[in-house]
Parts: sequence; structure tokens; C-alpha cells
Amino acid sequence: MSAQDIHLDTVLARGYQHGFVTDIESDTVPPGLDEETIRFISAKKKEPQFLLDWRLRALERWFTMKEPHWGKLKYKPIDYQAISYYSAPKAKTDGPKSLSEVDPKLLATYEKLGVPLHERARLAGVAVDAVFDSVSVATTFKDRLAAAGVVFCPFSEAVQTHPELVEQYLGTVVPYGDNFFAALNSAAFTDGSFVYIPPGVRCPMELSTYFRINAAKTGQFERTLIIADKGSHVSYLEGCTAPMRDENQLHAAVVELVALDDAQIKYSTVQNWYPGDEQGRGGIYNFVTKRGECRGRNSKISWTQVETGSAITWKYPSCVLRGENSVGEFYSVAVTNNYQQADTGTKMIHLGANTRSTIISKGISAGHAHNTYRGLVSVMPGATGARNFTQCDSLLIGGQCGAHTVPYIETRNPQAIVEHEASTSRIGEDQLFYCLQRGLSEEDAVNMIVSGFCRTVLKELPMEFAVEAQNLLAVSLEGAVG
Amino acid sequence: MNPSLLSIRNLHARVGDREVLRGIELDVPVGEVHAIMGPNGSGKSSLSNVLGGKPGYEVTAGTVTYRGRDLLAMAPEERAREGLFLGFQYPVEIPGVNNTYLLRAALNAARRHRGQPEVDAYDFLELVRARAQLMKLDESFLSRGVNEGFSGGEKKRNEILQMLVLEPVLAVLDETDSGLDIDALKVVADGINRQRSPERALVLVTHYQRLLDHVAPDRVHVLAGGRIVKSAGPELARELEQRGYDWLLEEAA
Repeated sequence: MSAQDIHLDTVLARGYQHGFVTDIESDTVPPGLDEETIRFISAKKKEPQFLLDWRLRALERWFTMKEPHWGKLKYKPIDYQAISYYSAPKAKTDGPKSLSEVDPKLLATYEKLGVPLHERARLAGVAVDAVFDSVSVATTFKDRLAAAGVVFCPFSEAVQTHPELVEQYLGTVVPYGDNFFAALNSAAFTDGSFVYIPPGVRCPMELSTYFRINAAKTGQFERTLIIADKGSHVSYLEGCTAPMRDENQLHAAVVELVALDDAQIKYSTVQNWYPGDEQGRGGIYNFVTKRGECRGRNSKISWTQVETGSAITWKYPSCVLRGENSVGEFYSVAVTNNYQQADTGTKMIHLGANTRSTIISKGISAGHAHNTYRGLVSVMPGATGARNFTQCDSLLIGGQCGAHTVPYIETRNPQAIVEHEASTSRIGEDQLFYCLQRGLSEEDAVNMIVSGFCRTVLKELPMEFAVEAQNLLAVSLEGAVG
Repeated sequence: MNPSLLSIRNLHARVGDREVLRGIELDVPVGEVHAIMGPNGSGKSSLSNVLGGKPGYEVTAGTVTYRGRDLLAMAPEERAREGLFLGFQYPVEIPGVNNTYLLRAALNAARRHRGQPEVDAYDFLELVRARAQLMKLDESFLSRGVNEGFSGGEKKRNEILQMLVLEPVLAVLDETDSGLDIDALKVVADGINRQRSPERALVLVTHYQRLLDHVAPDRVHVLAGGRIVKSAGPELARELEQRGYDWLLEEAA
């Protein structure tokens, strides 16, 4: 091991800083998944019949499906019947109406995570819909959003207040039988976020949700549905941290985005779930289905993700470009270290004429980690004039890690233009020495080089998130000069 | 004679199994400009790299004293902060890292080391703009990635720009003149002359005489086979230009 590798162990493997467990009595069902569990969850949430029926159909389908193993991932079999499918912080009555009603311990947890709700909400003008385990406990800025006609609330609340929107859009982008994990989520999801932006409205603030996983052996099955009606704009931020623990935790979220004519959705994620320790013990298993549909003409969906956490990441935020002239974008930084494994990428499905997509993926591997980009660009016969540009760059740090690129390109339209560029490089000893010779510390030098490598993606992040992303990457971003 | 800023005694070093330096003796007094010349493979770049502390070079014998301290005991970044600057023969590209940002981080690292406050962004920009003008570098260079897509000549001028901003006590410039056309050579030479001062010293490592037409050295040393085989005044450079290196190598053998 060279001095450089040893150094990187300290920079990139700096101990996970969000490892703590808040002691709150959980209202947890016994482990196992069957019809009874689904009925329990649905009843607990006082759901309408259509939703229960939908969950039960998903469960039935899930029983017939097999866990997919095409990803370049190795992990011990998951016992789905050993997982508890519902856990909620104990509510005083029917849940808090304002911050003052929120359990102070919960708020303290957010403080430790650097999410001071009052502060952040007030100073940054960000509405935070904080998900603690499975039930949303605090929502802020609702009034201002309501004045603009924006609906931003926990999914379970939307089921009560806007059942017609939920029924109209739920499962239309990711059907319940889409894949094994999506089916599991559709049957057992407990909560998540719901957003509706009315026609012509530009959402007055960034919408932000912080996810936490807390109770032991509790799978997390979040469901997020965002609908941008004609001519509307919304930017949505998702940030994740989880407390340290020793056993693997399963997470299988589903995110559905719908953009109608001339609408734009920007969805940004900074993901920092517990990645396991230096030996690869523990850590979150993250099997996520994220998909957006540009349903209307001239619509645009943009995914930006900075992935630093989880032991296993299986995630392909995708765009279905149905509307004419619609645009899909995917900007990703995935960092894996120690024994982390990430199999991540995107799918761009071109259906409409003159649809365009851009994919920029930056993978960084260190330690014994494996980082795979897996992507699909598909151009269907109707997508005349479709264009795609893909760039996949991998940076290797040390000699034990791996980077893999698996791009699939299918085009059934002879006029489509699809470009793919890929590169793999090691963090250069020459680059490092150059910076040291100019007087920089090794840590600053590595941060600077990694940050430069990721720059094209990081600049896509909203300002609020850029700071968090920098911390996560242990990089110091470029200053005000230049 | 002024006191030595850099004093090298019996320096031996190797890369892997290959011995690249075999007993270097060199003194560079403060206020002077020394040229180190020699044929390809004589150890010129190895000497620069050992002084900078580049990984991969193992010092097997000898001492290097810089400003009265044991240079070899210092980490590369500490050497830099103590005012030792290496102008690279092949400056590396660092994509996505802003040229000005790196330079400001470098200057502030040295200032912190000296117990000075960090330079403020506005003052720094003024300073860099002025120096860039001297090096005839367009302002757009300042916001580009470090050496990213620069031509060979632009990279060399960028090295000199960095030197002029950092104002090192000892600058060791490794083949800074190679790959420059005559106009660029003049610009680079002007930059080097600007760096000359009674408080500083320069070591110019070069294969050819032509840089020395513009920057008059106080002493010229010839390096061959990992040793300094001849030291003399500036007239030696002209003699080498006329006679080549072979007669010296024969003399030394």
C-alpha cells in the first residue's frame, strides 16, 4: 500500500458521522409480509378502498416474482419474512399539527444531522417534509405553498386530502409489477411525499425531504409522487442519512415523476446512508426505482444525484420521453469506498419526436469497492430526431477497487443520434505531487482533484445541496475567484 | 560570497534499481542564478525531483541543506511552503480544477505557514491579473482548468506565472525553455529575470544555451552521469553550445 492509499483511507473513509440511534418507542408490527400485514398498514392509515386493492394486487404479483440478480452486486440473501413492515413514532393524538408538537428527541436527532428545522426553514426558505421512519412528523411552510396552490405533504395525507390525484397518477410511471422491488414497495409502502404543482405555477421554493431510517430491522418503503401540471416548475431535494448499526437494513423506495406539457421537474438527491464499516459489515441495502415521465410536449425532467452511502446501491433514475421535444437529464456522482458496491445508472427511453437526453456519470472507487455504471438509451421508431449524449467517467483510487461501465444502446430509428464517451483513470500521482509542490496538504490536494473530476455534476446541484455534497465528498469546492 | 541558500553534499539517489544521482556537490548562494546543463539522461530532472521530494526517488546517501535546514527531512508541501518552487518540465493537467483556485490555495498555504493572514479574493485577483499580463496570458486562462487543454508553451508560461505569484525563495525550473518559440521564450525569460533578487536564487535546468542568452547565469554547472563534472562562469554555456557535451564527458571519464 502506497502512502497515497493510506492517506485516502483517512480522507474518503473518514468515520461515518451520523451514527446514533434515537430512543423512541416504535409502534412496530411483527416481522413478516402477508395480506394481513397489508390490511393492517392500510387500515392504520385509513386508506380508501382503491389503494388497499392496489396494494393487494401488488402483493399478489410480488409473490410470483424473483429477486433480480443481474446487477454486479454480491450480498447475502434477504429474508423478506424477517422484516417488520410498519414502524411509526408514537403519536400523542393523530400526529403533530406543528413543530411545537413534534417530539423534542426527534428534533434533536435532526439537529445532530445538521437539519435544524426551524433554522433551515426560516433562513433558507426551504419547506422540509421530514420523514422519520415511516410517518412524516413535521411539515413546514405549508401556508406559503398553499397560497401558490402547491400541494406538498406526506403521501398518507395526500391520500386523504387529494385521493383523486393519487388514484389518477399512482403507478402510472412505475406500475406495481414493474420489478421485484417496486412490487414490494407498492404492496408495503408506508409513507413518503406527494407533490402537485398546478398549471402555470413556478413553485416558490425548493421542496426538500430528509429521510431517516431508525427503528431496528425495519425496512423502509417510501413512496414519492410528484406531478408537475402544464407549464409548471418544481425543484425537489432529497437528502438521506441513517444512524450507525450492525445489521443490514433494506430500503426499497419508489419515486414517480410526471411532467405534463411545458412542465419542468428537477430532482436532486444527496444520499449518505450508512455504508457499512471498514470490513464491509452492516450498511444499508438500497434498491430504488426512480422514474420520471415527460408526458407532455416540451417537458423536462432532470435527475441529479450524489451517492456516497449504502452498502449496496441498485438505482437507475430514468426518464420516459413521451412528449414531443421533451428533455431528460441524468447527472450522477457515485462514490464507493471500503466494501461498498454500487450498480447505478439511468435509462433514457425516447418515444416522442425530437426528444433529447444527456447522461453525465462520474464514478469514484476507493478501497475494495466496486462501482458499476449501467445505462440504457433506447430510441423507439416514433422518436425521429432523437438525440442522446452520454459521458461516463470513472476515477480509481488505490489498487483494490473496480470500475465497470455497461452501456446499452438500442435504436430503432435510423435518424437518431446517440453519442457515448467513456473514460477510466487513476487519481494521478503526478497530479497529487503537483499540488503538494505548490504547498497544498495531501487532503486538500485529493479533495481538489476529486472535486474537479465531479465538477460538471456538482454544478447542477441547487445551492442548498451543494454544501452538503461538498461535505459528503470531503471536497473543498472552488472558491469565489475565477 | 553570499551564504548558501542551497547546499548539496555527496547526494546519491535511485529510482528502483537505477542509480540516477551519484554524488552531487552543489552550492547556490542567495542572490544568484545557476544553470545546470547536461545531455539527456544525465540526471537533470532527477535532481529537480529529489529537491521537490517526488515519490519514487530514494535518497541513498548525502545531505541537502536549504535555508539552514535538512531539506530531505521535510515533506514536499513543507518544502513548498518554505519557498522552494519547482517549475515542471511537463506540467500536469488537473481537469475541472480552476487555475486561479489552485494558485490562491497555494499562496494561502504558504502565507498561513508564515503566520500571515490569507489574501482576500479581490486583492488576489488583482495580483494574478497583473502577473498574467506580464506573461502575456489571456485572462481566460485564469478561469480554465489547471493546464487543461493548454498548449506546451502556455503550460510553461503558466508555470512562470505561478512562480511570479508565489515569489519563492528558491525556484528550480526544469527545462522551462523546451518547446517554446522565440517569442514565448522571451516572455518566459522576462518572467525569470523579474524573479531575480538579492533575497532569492534560481536554478535553471536546461539542455540548451538559448535561454541563457536572455537570462544571464552567475554560474554554470554541467551534469553528466549523475555527477557535476564541471562548474564555471557563464562562458561555459557558450563553450558548450559550440563544442557540445562530448569533450566534457571524455574529460570526466
